[in-house]
Amino acid sequence: MSGGVDSATAAARAVDAGHEVTGVHLALSSNPQSYRTGARGCCTIEDARDARRAADVIGIPFYVWDMAERFARDVVDDFVAEYAAGRTPNPCLRCNEKIKFEAVLDRALALGFDAVCTGHYAQVSDSGALQRAADPGKDQSYVLAVLNKDQIAHAMFPLGDTPKAEVREEARSRGLLVADKPDSHDVCFIADGDTRGFLSRKLGSAPGSIVDADGAVLGTHEGVHGYTIGQRKGLNLDRPAPDGRPRYVLSIEPVSNTVTVGPAAALGVREITAIRPVWTGCEPPLAPIACKVQLRAHGEVHHCTAVVSDGNLEIQLASEARGVAAGQAAVLYDGDTVLGSATIAATH
Amino acid sequence: MTTSPVVYLDHAATTPMLPEAIAAMTEELAHLGNPSSLHNAGRRARRVVEESREQIAEVFGARASEVVFTSGGTEADNLAVKGLYWARRAADPQRSRVFTTAVEHHAVFDSVRWLCDAHGARADWLAVDSLGLVSPDVLRAALATDPSSAAVVSVMWANNEVGAVQPIAGLAAVAREFEVPFHTDAVQAAAQLPVNFGAAGVDAMTVTAHKLGGPVGVGALILGKDLAPVPVLHGGGQERDIRSGTLDSPAIRAFAVAAVVSAERRSLETKRIAALRDDLIRQVLAAVPDAVLNGPQPGPDRLPGNAHFSFPGCEGDALLLLLDARSIACSTGSACTAGVAEPSHVLLAMGADDSRARGSLRFSLGHTTTQADVDALGAAIGEAVARARRAAAR
Repeated sequence: MSGGVDSATAAARAVDAGHEVTGVHLALSSNPQSYRTGARGCCTIEDARDARRAADVIGIPFYVWDMAERFARDVVDDFVAEYAAGRTPNPCLRCNEKIKFEAVLDRALALGFDAVCTGHYAQVSDSGALQRAADPGKDQSYVLAVLNKDQIAHAMFPLGDTPKAEVREEARSRGLLVADKPDSHDVCFIADGDTRGFLSRKLGSAPGSIVDADGAVLGTHEGVHGYTIGQRKGLNLDRPAPDGRPRYVLSIEPVSNTVTVGPAAALGVREITAIRPVWTGCEPPLAPIACKVQLRAHGEVHHCTAVVSDGNLEIQLASEARGVAAGQAAVLYDGDTVLGSATIAATH
Repeated sequence: MTTSPVVYLDHAATTPMLPEAIAAMTEELAHLGNPSSLHNAGRRARRVVEESREQIAEVFGARASEVVFTSGGTEADNLAVKGLYWARRAADPQRSRVFTTAVEHHAVFDSVRWLCDAHGARADWLAVDSLGLVSPDVLRAALATDPSSAAVVSVMWANNEVGAVQPIAGLAAVAREFEVPFHTDAVQAAAQLPVNFGAAGVDAMTVTAHKLGGPVGVGALILGKDLAPVPVLHGGGQERDIRSGTLDSPAIRAFAVAAVVSAERRSLETKRIAALRDDLIRQVLAAVPDAVLNGPQPGPDRLPGNAHFSFPGCEGDALLLLLDARSIACSTGSACTAGVAEPSHVLLAMGADDSRARGSLRFSLGHTTTQADVDALGAAIGEAVARARRAAAR
């Protein structure tokens, strides 16, 4: 229970469904303001309090579990290392994979619980496949697609069939005080929302060149971690492109510490190689299958063919995709059902 | 949610109010009057406060004028440690050393750390042995190095986690040799042992109502007449100008009633509770043979209602959750602001490693504890430990 409206309502629905429910709030960061190293809040003490009050209203036991060490190692350090390697990670996905449905789930199972129930907007089919939520605007199947079959078998998403607006209304009618709390959007461990500043503090500055496709130097950067594929703003190039049109980050090369920029047309991608695939909605496709693929959270969906080759997932897009960043997940769908996912490693 | 009766084994956190105290407080709540007012209603309220002060003084072996009411133990500890440090330092800038132990309650422990961080104090952390006990010789050796720099000594009478009862009279005598004021946090001791301010020879002593059957929110610093700590709270000058704030006459009256009633019953209750505690230890060790009893062996060095164990291979908070699900209430014994348990600083100071400190649980017995409570724990602890071990092994 994060302290938000979704997890509170999900917990209440799980109780209604007859489950024996225990509320758990995850303490994910240290608070240096206190002499007590254990004085932690998720992101704020206020969120922990909101979660506790929601548990009170629902009438379930409530505990705070200290996952700060695991979170720092598996999510925050990983986030920083991925940027340092020129990739663009999705920390929410990583948190679902390593914290909520690994560290928390493992502990819960050992303590005698049967499942982890969250306020994510996604559904699980009768056959155990992950599916998009009924509310397409809130669908979170993309950030859950990294879960394996066993993790999904021990997951409950009671909100998956309901539009967000109805969840708020339900929370209000249940007397949950968090009913009007705004949705969270930013990376939870970067409180001020300044990802580049956060990475600079972690990684320091490593000045290098911004070049065009021919290698001509157009400007300088303070570290490749400040850039993501498809980025247009904040490049601070010395001179405009010859045709006067905007330029975008095409590639990031941490070894030579170089950022390459070029026209929008050069951003187009038709082929994607993705690694470490996980298959939950079908058997690994050893022969090409036709399906759809989503390449970033809330991103557009492309028709494609997908095949497993040498253990990697090879994707041929039917239409050109732009701004495809290594480190993001490629999630395959058959209609609304997640077939599997893999981490984007290379594009062509 | 379960509806079975709660097995409450967390009396060191707070203990049920005595019916006599509830009755006295309820009656007093209906009465009008600020004890500092000069009119009749004020005088009536003042009389309640002063009679209560006399009763509390008698229970704790002090003069009425030595009882300074506070909002509880934490405030009394802050007032004693900070106030006496500030007063001593103001009188002689050389006096900047504070002598205390690493097993204190956070109300003392963090006050000392804050004085070091913000007010130029230097802390002498007196070593405790593996049972949590500090020897008067350790204090003497510490004070003997540059006695002219000593500001104040604070050593708790009985430890809230492992129940170790310190040799307070011996420690106070050493402080007296060096003419350094000696404070003791007697919050836990006053709930279960005869605690005598005058006989122990201490200069300042913290007590609180809710550990001995009174209400939460009232306590006292019992303070020698010749000591004038710098106040933490400034205002109307109540309580010898040391602790300003309107006196809470209903709570103070209930505090006095609880102190008197619990003192009357003490000798019988102590024997009864110690016998239950001994049986609890026996049952837990029978169910979990490799559990380790932390702190002194049962006897004069240990609070009669305290049992504190490390369960190798377990996390304390997982055990707490599993017992809570069986309606058994206990504590990991450590402070938790956001609800996250940290390894006990008390056990770490006693030489335990981090995993032993994390895998510990405190069971504390009190006036409502029955044999059925002990048996319920004995029946549940084995399976809970086995399950918590599986969780920790993941």
